Amino acid sequence: MQESTANQVAANATSSFTEHLQRDRPELLPFSRSPQGAASAAAPLQVPHATTIVAMSYDGGVLMAGDRRATMGNIIASRHIEKVFPADRFSVLGIAGTAGIAIDLTRLFQVELEHYEKIEGTLLSLEGKANRLGAMIRGNLPLALQGLAVVPLFAGFDTSAGVGRLFSYDVTGGRYEEHEHHSVGSGSVFARGALKKLWRPNLTAAEALAVAVESLYDAADDDSATGGPDTVRQLWPVVYTVDSSGARRIPEAELAAAARNVIEARTIAGREA
Amino acid sequence: MTQQFYVSPEQLMKDRADFARKGIARGRSVVVISCADGIALVAENPSPSLHKIGEIYDKIAFAAVGKYNEFESLRQAGVRYADVRGYSYDREDVTARGLASVYAQSLGAVFTAEQKPFEVELAVAEVGPTQEEDHLYRLTFDGSIADEHSFVVMGGQAEKVSSAIEGGWRSTLSFSEAVRLALSGLAPAADSGESAKPMPARALEVAVLDRLSESTRGSRRAFRRLNDADITALLA
Repeated sequence: MQESTANQVAANATSSFTEHLQRDRPELLPFSRSPQGAASAAAPLQVPHATTIVAMSYDGGVLMAGDRRATMGNIIASRHIEKVFPADRFSVLGIAGTAGIAIDLTRLFQVELEHYEKIEGTLLSLEGKANRLGAMIRGNLPLALQGLAVVPLFAGFDTSAGVGRLFSYDVTGGRYEEHEHHSVGSGSVFARGALKKLWRPNLTAAEALAVAVESLYDAADDDSATGGPDTVRQLWPVVYTVDSSGARRIPEAELAAAARNVIEARTIAGREA
Repeated sequence: MTQQFYVSPEQLMKDRADFARKGIARGRSVVVISCADGIALVAENPSPSLHKIGEIYDKIAFAAVGKYNEFESLRQAGVRYADVRGYSYDREDVTARGLASVYAQSLGAVFTAEQKPFEVELAVAEVGPTQEEDHLYRLTFDGSIADEHSFVVMGGQAEKVSSAIEGGWRSTLSFSEAVRLALSGLAPAADSGESAKPMPARALEVAVLDRLSESTRGSRRAFRRLNDADITALLA
């Protein structure tokens, strides 16, 4: 009798917010309800999709940037969407794919990390965070099979190793550590091409920012679902850096300057491609 | 089968209350003070890892005295309650009042229905944008809830500590003054009779809820635990 009580207590002792929800409030999970019989492959659901995210390491940390466009088929669903979020003090994540589910997953992931920190009194290791995110993406697999996939990019500062690290994922939750740089989303092939030419080891944070803005510019140039810098509405990519002092959102003024530099240089060059 | 003796409900409740009070009186005191900089939580606690003070949510902290396993389970339940609420509604919909009333209900249920009552006393503190909007709730083992202003003292020598703090409390206290005031209440209680000597930082657990965490630290999470070096610096 006593042993079963002890077992019960041990089984209920979880530091994971997702596990707690799965047990007590499964209806709150973003991937709990699979729509019955909806959305066959022939007629994919028309929902907003978030597009390109780029991330790269630089001297002393990692940087992640995302454009501001969400598309729904051939329509621009949003020009203001933000797709890069701080996950906690030492990590950020960017999301591509079905916007509604991705934003909810991000919120869940943020609470998951904070919850662990409050229950345990210590931060989860960077590997631990990356694995938790992989498990959440795998949880979304049934919806991904119906065309509502979410593909994140995760970057953080490994406080024990003292380096910034990057992780990419596939829809089944597979987790892959990336080196140097990586991109996800519809414009990722073009961004990746730009990154290959622009990125070099030991960039400073300011140089990395310029590289990120330019690679997103190139992605927007060739991918209709990626938004470029919008000088009329004053919309710039969302960029976060993470280093030993934590995650920091790059202020609008710096982004505006970086975007204008790219536009100016391209205007002066006046070339077709 | 042994015959059950009749015990009057008054006697039963009194016995339970006495039992809980005895358990709580054995522990050391915890002080929660609202001041100009925010809310300071000070506990006499020689363990650096078994905390009596914890973060619940952005603006909400928790302090407890009594049996560790009991208040730790309540703290974790509080964190779960707050996180579920903040996740399903919005972060600003998590309030100390809601949390305190959940605690009051669980403590009350345990007090009447379980084999033994919880031997704990809790404080739930929420820091507001101004001092008038600070909330301090004190919860006792039977589920009674009290809305306090300015400060809360719980634990063994609560009355003695409380009278010492009452004399020195002002709304304009800074964190360092508030922590010093808390210590002046706690220290003589620790070594009664002898001349009050300052407690070493490692015997203390101190945390604060910063009133302006957004502007000063860029974080919506107001809770900040002070380590030994921070405490020494604060009291220097």
